[in-house]
Amino acid sequence: MREEMVMELPAIYRDAFRIRSFLFGEGEKSVCIVGAQRGNEYQQLYVTSLLVRRLRDLEERGGICQGKQICVVPCVNPYSINAKKRFWTADNTDINRMYPGYDLGETTQRIAAALFDVAKVYRYGIQFASFYMPGRFLPHVRIMKTGLEDPELALKFGFPYVVLHVPRPFDTTTLNYNWQIWDTKAFSLYTTETNHIDETSARQAVDGVFRFLHTQGILKDRIPGGYFSEIVETPDLASVRTSCAGFFFPTAGAGDRVTAGQKLAEIRDTYTNELKEELVSPVDGRLFFVRNEPLTYQATAVFKIIPQGAEKRIR
Amino acid sequence: MTAVCGTCPPVVMDRFAWSRSSWPRVCPLLSGTDTTVETERESAGIMVEHVASVELPVDERLKIEKYRWKPSPDKDGGGRFSVVTGIHGDELEGQYVCYEVGKRIREHPELLTGTVDIYPAMNPFGIDSMMRGIPAFDLDMNRIFPGQKDGDMNEYLASLIIQDVSGSDMVLDIHASNAYLTEVPQIRINTLHQKELVPYAESMNVDLIWVHPNATVLESTFAYSLNSIGTRVLVIEMGIGMRITKSIGCQVTEGIFHLMHQMGIWAGKTGPVKKPIISTDPDEICYLNAPRGGIYIADTAAGDEVEKGQVIGRLVSPLTGEIFETVTAPYSGWLFTQREYPLTAAGSLMGRILKRG
Repeated sequence: MREEMVMELPAIYRDAFRIRSFLFGEGEKSVCIVGAQRGNEYQQLYVTSLLVRRLRDLEERGGICQGKQICVVPCVNPYSINAKKRFWTADNTDINRMYPGYDLGETTQRIAAALFDVAKVYRYGIQFASFYMPGRFLPHVRIMKTGLEDPELALKFGFPYVVLHVPRPFDTTTLNYNWQIWDTKAFSLYTTETNHIDETSARQAVDGVFRFLHTQGILKDRIPGGYFSEIVETPDLASVRTSCAGFFFPTAGAGDRVTAGQKLAEIRDTYTNELKEELVSPVDGRLFFVRNEPLTYQATAVFKIIPQGAEKRIR
Repeated sequence: MTAVCGTCPPVVMDRFAWSRSSWPRVCPLLSGTDTTVETERESAGIMVEHVASVELPVDERLKIEKYRWKPSPDKDGGGRFSVVTGIHGDELEGQYVCYEVGKRIREHPELLTGTVDIYPAMNPFGIDSMMRGIPAFDLDMNRIFPGQKDGDMNEYLASLIIQDVSGSDMVLDIHASNAYLTEVPQIRINTLHQKELVPYAESMNVDLIWVHPNATVLESTFAYSLNSIGTRVLVIEMGIGMRITKSIGCQVTEGIFHLMHQMGIWAGKTGPVKKPIISTDPDEICYLNAPRGGIYIADTAAGDEVEKGQVIGRLVSPLTGEIFETVTAPYSGWLFTQREYPLTAAGSLMGRILKRG
């Protein structure tokens, strides 16, 4: 294992801002794995720390294929994690809305440019990502539909789902999107959590990455298990929205099978605790996302469901 | 009359006795949606319309309000002019402009010959909590347009905003840079909409019209979303975040009345307007980014002419008393953006120069 400095910026009243990479193996730049980009991405940081530890052990016992190099960047944004702020501490900009970056631009543009300069030369790009709404996801691999996506390749992770996302204008400045535009096969991996550590899905993610790397001839050891992934497109997901605000009590969790008409949650008045609304599933399917905050606003998508039959399989 | 900022005496009048009947009780654009749409009667007898409203968990509704000024029916030429601000919660210069526009119409409602809609707070949560984005979600509201009616709360609100504002003959989307930079009053126009919008922008009494290249990410802005469906939007950047600069507010207010006059919405006389510089070449703009972190001590002000090599500021260390960097102008030109917030990191924008010569 070798450490390299991707970027170091001096600051006036804080220790220098540093992005470190950890390199394993020598040769073709095969895969770059990126962890936390935002200050609340503890799970993403944790997963990449597990990867670094396991890759170091693997390398020591010759488990990396000849002529393959793996790069892991556990954290693109130590400043925000240390300050417990989701976005950039000084101006609240989001590094994952700055790609491909600009090395003469503003601070977060420079950070994005420094990371992208390293990451874009790799054949595969894997990012541990988070969603802006707090909640629990079914673990999945997400790919943007740029016309360059390769969903069949995403099946190799053996995650339960591969989600194809149609990018909207604001997605065009993300790492995943720009990786694809620069000819890197890019995958965003979502585990169940963001600002809490979930050991089970973290280890599932590590296994998924190792399984993928083995199928691409980068790691020697085969990782048994995994799922025959289902492919889902984001427009096919059914949303369940609240029609009032209040305490939010879900009665079903991410991964549960549900039937049309099944009760999914109660919303209760925050003063009287009276029942204001019962949310029910509009379709038969599987709960893909469940919001996990105690209070909800009106008009909030608190569940996303994969309708029965929306999944596709490529064999 | 000539609209002159701050000089008109307050006028007490029986406000809009003739216009009350024209107020819709329920916004026709929104009727039939699942949002509770309300109009409220204030104690003074003035109607405020809710563009969108959603319930919050504890004894509160989030409301996006507008105030509609209607002319008397015999004077109504049918035009509609909308003034929008507060999409970014830390930008308050537009508050003064909205106030001034409302005040002047209130003083002389007989001069109104079209509808004027004032939307002072598109992101009320952000304004209330001194945050640029939408606080509970940490989302930039100006990156979620045109929104989605069946989307999450913010996208839903964005879709209602677009629905309500669309159809205006002209929309001004007033911004105030951010908490870090002062901007001379300027209008920014995407090259895609240059031909249509520049003639209107020239009437707005601003110092600069900056025509900038399109970027895909900007397609999710309020202005782009409306311009792309045929509702004209001019984006104004002026002053600085978290402050009100009265002189700039007055300048832009003059421009608004001038343009409204040209568009047949205001019958009052207006004064002459500035002839703006129009910049269409991206290479004319020089960005001054901090080479490193430090405390920036500016030696210039927004709007200054600078010579190549002129010292425009210093990056210093209060800890040791040393100067990290002396910042000089790489080109002669017009400093139309100036950093005000002293703390900088490497890359922080210290200013922009429009090159001359």
